[in-house]
Amino acid sequence: MEGQNVEELLAKAERDEAEKLQRITVHKELELEFDLGNLLASDRNPPTGLRRAGPSPEAELQALARDNTQLLINQLWQLPTERVEEALVARLPEPTTRLPREKPVPRPRPLTRWQQFARLKGIRPKKKTNLVWDEVSGQWRRRWGYQRARDDTKEWLIEVPGGADPLEDQFAKRIQAKKERVAKNELNRLRNLARAHKMQLPSTGGMHPTGHQSKEELGRAMQVAKVSTASVGRFQERLPKEKAPRGSGKKRKFQPLFGDFAAEKKSQLELLRVMNSKKPQLDVTRATNKQMREEDQEEAAKRRKMSQKGKRKGGRQGAGGQRKGGPPSQGGKRKGGLGGKVNSGPPRLGGKRKGGQHQGGKRRK
Amino acid sequence: MDALDRVVKPKTKRAKRFLEKREPKLSENVKNAMLIKGGNANLLVTQVLRDVYALKKPYGVLYKKKNITRPFEDQTSLEFFSKKSDCSLFMFGSHNKKRPNNLVIGRMYDYHVLDMIELGIEKFVSLKDIKNSKCPEGTKPMLIFAGDDFDVTEDYRRLKNLLIDFFRGPTVSNIRLAGLEYVLHFTALNGKIYFRSYKHSCELHFCVLPLLLPGTVGTRLLLKKSGCKTPRIELEEMGPSLDLVLRRTHLASDDLYRLSMKMPKALKPKKKKNVSHDTFGTTYGRIHMQKQDLSKLQTRKMKGLKKRPAERITEDQEKKSKRIKKN
Repeated sequence: MEGQNVEELLAKAERDEAEKLQRITVHKELELEFDLGNLLASDRNPPTGLRRAGPSPEAELQALARDNTQLLINQLWQLPTERVEEALVARLPEPTTRLPREKPVPRPRPLTRWQQFARLKGIRPKKKTNLVWDEVSGQWRRRWGYQRARDDTKEWLIEVPGGADPLEDQFAKRIQAKKERVAKNELNRLRNLARAHKMQLPSTGGMHPTGHQSKEELGRAMQVAKVSTASVGRFQERLPKEKAPRGSGKKRKFQPLFGDFAAEKKSQLELLRVMNSKKPQLDVTRATNKQMREEDQEEAAKRRKMSQKGKRKGGRQGAGGQRKGGPPSQGGKRKGGLGGKVNSGPPRLGGKRKGGQHQGGKRRK
Repeated sequence: MDALDRVVKPKTKRAKRFLEKREPKLSENVKNAMLIKGGNANLLVTQVLRDVYALKKPYGVLYKKKNITRPFEDQTSLEFFSKKSDCSLFMFGSHNKKRPNNLVIGRMYDYHVLDMIELGIEKFVSLKDIKNSKCPEGTKPMLIFAGDDFDVTEDYRRLKNLLIDFFRGPTVSNIRLAGLEYVLHFTALNGKIYFRSYKHSCELHFCVLPLLLPGTVGTRLLLKKSGCKTPRIELEEMGPSLDLVLRRTHLASDDLYRLSMKMPKALKPKKKKNVSHDTFGTTYGRIHMQKQDLSKLQTRKMKGLKKRPAERITEDQEKKSKRIKKN
């Protein structure tokens, strides 16, 4: 009896399994291609069923999707699984579909000068402790950074060393030395960087002779060489017809703080007089030049706009005849009594005009 | 490495981390997508972008304002956006009379446009139009491509590659089987591409197998809980569904594409030497041996055949005479 029961139960179990298997099997003409790493399945079968369906094949699409998803899930369920925190987790293989990268492969960088030297000598970095015992404060402090153990900058007493000048500022000397070290470090870092990217430092741009240098580069190199003497180029001889380099002096000149009292008094009084006077003081030449320059700039901007519009519409419609000559009625150097009438536009005044297209005095072409 | 390669070094650790996240690496980050509206985007296209953003969260950026650009004419503004937000995938929506309900999907390589494909939206059903429960955001979707059209032309092949790249999400090594519930199904039919998203709730089946232990009184039932039993899938339509038609394409040239596909040597799978598998699953190994001196080979000793000292001497003399003769 029990035997029969067992047989019946086993048969029933078998039938159940077969049924379950039927529920999850899908018949396809062509096998799908799976990329389980990406949870991807590609069905190459031609969609004949869908073609027969009308304009809105929703139900057929859903049926097709169901079949394909069933096949994908069957594959995924066959992967090796493990239990991670009460959840059943499958281990996915590597994705096989090749997809393009988003950024290029990183290039290996060349070694810095120190790294080359260390490699040559076999020097390896020593492992240092994070904290160092500080006697002065009686506690463990970090090796460098905020509130470090041996802070040079916090010292209030520096002994003058044996052979040094007693009037020298030792604190300033220390600060200067630190600045120089930092600058040297930065320079070395930039040199390493330039070597890694196979470029030249901008400060030493064309200074190394290559044989293929242009006239400007050679001129620059010559200038730098001239100035690189102990007296900063003051006593360097010049060739017979060589001109002094312009623009090598100071860019701004300031009067000394206290010097010529008479000249200072004079300039201050003059300033007050000008401010108090009712009549406006105008430098006519400067004013006209400024006006002419503004008008030129406006014309240039207009010309540019017109040419841009012309390009967009697919053809240049002629830059409106705005030639460089300009309207010949402009220009002319005015003198004397026309002080207050600078904005008179194209001057229709009488008065002397030195020829048609004569430009103003200090005007550059 | 790029953070160290800059002329101006980052002054804070946070800035350095920011730069290190964006620099090129051996194994890359998950690709971010940026969703941009064009100058004349209509409601449909905006809704499509919003739905795709919901699918791609948190690896996506949705730009709220309209940007007046034309991707197929001028790619500079797209490249600028990609550089600023570190996104290498983009989707641009616009609408005009000539190209109604236009969607441009594209991807970038090194912040320059690699591929761009323009698709027209013919029909769209939004996430909120289908009233049922949605799956949590950030779920890795299953992707299925149906139809033989996806392998016929180069355009369709690239489109398939682009769609996989766009929708696949982060690459994981383990996946929770119960969390596989989201399916994106692409069908290519009659020149149209049907994009449907379905949801499946996974039920674990319990298999009851009664086991009778011999020699016991009464039966003992042992329940075997099998979460490994493959469930039957029942799908319900959940998410955005689009009917797309292929319009213009701007595909990368072959060498640029090959350059972007280049895999660094370190990531290539290492081949094990001297091990081979045959089709039946047997693993064969190869051992390389040195040349053996067969005269020194140790064989079974037979005492009867052992040479006696007198015989050995005569043999040596013979050998010597032979050598002299030869010379």
